[in-house]
Amino acid sequence: MAEKKERYEVILAGSGGQGLVLSGIMLAEAAILEGKNAVQTVSYGTYVRGGFSMAGVIIDSEEIIFQEVENADVVLALTEETMEMYEPLAKEGATVVYDTTLIKERTGKGLFGHPFTDMANKMGNVGMVNIIALGYMAKKNGIVDTESLAEVIKRRFSGKTREANLKALEAGIALAV
Amino acid sequence: MRSEAKLMQGNQAIAEGAFYAGARFYAGYPITPSSEIAEECSKRMPLVGGVYMQMEDEIASMGAIIGASLAGAKSFTATSGPGFSLMQENLGLAVMGEVPCVVVDVQRAGPSTGLATKPAQADVMQIRWGRHGDQTLIALCPATVAECFSLTVTAFNFAEKFRVPVIIAPDEVVGHLRENVIIPGPGELEVIERKQPSGAPASYKPFTADADGVAPLAAYGGDYVFHVSSSMHGPEGYSNNEPANATWRVGQLHRKLEMHRDEIVITKTFDADDAEVLFIAFGATTRASRAAALELRKQGVKAGVLQLVTLWPFADREVAKLGGRAKTVVVTEMNYSGQVAGEVRRVLGSGADIRQVNSYNGQIIRPRAILKAVQ
Repeated sequence: MAEKKERYEVILAGSGGQGLVLSGIMLAEAAILEGKNAVQTVSYGTYVRGGFSMAGVIIDSEEIIFQEVENADVVLALTEETMEMYEPLAKEGATVVYDTTLIKERTGKGLFGHPFTDMANKMGNVGMVNIIALGYMAKKNGIVDTESLAEVIKRRFSGKTREANLKALEAGIALAV
Repeated sequence: MRSEAKLMQGNQAIAEGAFYAGARFYAGYPITPSSEIAEECSKRMPLVGGVYMQMEDEIASMGAIIGASLAGAKSFTATSGPGFSLMQENLGLAVMGEVPCVVVDVQRAGPSTGLATKPAQADVMQIRWGRHGDQTLIALCPATVAECFSLTVTAFNFAEKFRVPVIIAPDEVVGHLRENVIIPGPGELEVIERKQPSGAPASYKPFTADADGVAPLAAYGGDYVFHVSSSMHGPEGYSNNEPANATWRVGQLHRKLEMHRDEIVITKTFDADDAEVLFIAFGATTRASRAAALELRKQGVKAGVLQLVTLWPFADREVAKLGGRAKTVVVTEMNYSGQVAGEVRRVLGSGADIRQVNSYNGQIIRPRAILKAVQ
């Protein structure tokens, strides 16, 4: 796992209904469990599902003054549209993670494609895409400890949902090892 | 690894603050970007013995909270621009009847239904002057999730203490922002209850102020039978059209706030004491302004921020003091016309170097846009 930095700026982008806002919340909650400050912002259109949806997360050991992501360290793109928006950030040093089930594959520095949606489908629940991706990003970039994400899942879910989410998290972590 | 901080959304923190302050009646009509406040109240009010009422529109919502307040409950509603417009008539009644209540206006981009999911700070003048007649009220504006909580408690305290409607005016950014916050325990923040009459019910005059400028307010349904009217009324609440009475009545609505001006007008400063470049901001733009000021400090420019926590009554004295010292004053706000910049100009005069950074397309103001105005 990468060495943990004092500050992370993360963008989670896709379309409404992909669970990106919840992913942002879980990432921020994991950081708070580690004693960090965290802010999460959202940007969305008037549609509930299908339209552009984006969550921004900043994690910092110091006070977070300006609330919006200005220099993303890590980006997750789950639609072709958002991939086209954020792919250029890879050239500036960001890690851009994307879903090869939904987005055509690219090569280049800082671009990391994995079939998150296929994996989620094989696990029996397409709704787990965001958790697999979170596990992968946390392990790969050290944004938060994967144990903190597991703790957030345990607090938020119970029973079969908890088990399914923890399994998805593990699958994402395994991709990054 | 455990900490008591938790992630909370601005709108949720407003609902939490309301419960903390003792609010037990919510009536509203959900509207983006304020709906989470209604959602939270619909879940939680029944659990604390309170009432959540889903109304047919915002006119009725405002009427319902006025009625509930007169029956003794701390009551509030939440809305955004289009709904806030509908509330104005009854809001005027609350001012005239001196009915304690809290109205949250999570500001979104207009005009009219505008950009429903996007932020603005363009209701500043509507909050102050949106209803007819020579009325006045209090408006508070949070910039953080922690302030969403604490200022909601303050809003209820002001409403109860001064028998006046209090508007809480976050923008969509702050309403939807999530950040870590530590919610104070019971007793950590002061919670004020309205003054009750103590004399004989027959001699109760609901509009005769004590020395503090505020009259005790009995609750409907009790021993004190009284009348509240939107028309000009005397100390006992009944119609009175005498010029002398109107002079007293209108004056009283203003005087009770003027008397407590220093308590009501809240500001915060960040590196403002020696600031040659002073940013004046409120709500979300406070955060971008603080980031810009810190960047300028790094470049050797003495920059600071005056945050208007209380929007109305306007912080004339604080603006005059800090703005008078600065070489350049920059007002950052999410509207076209410079609603706060106009007030700053009124206070500092036309000779001052007052610059504006405005955004009115639903996009937030970023620090780099603010820096451009100074360079």
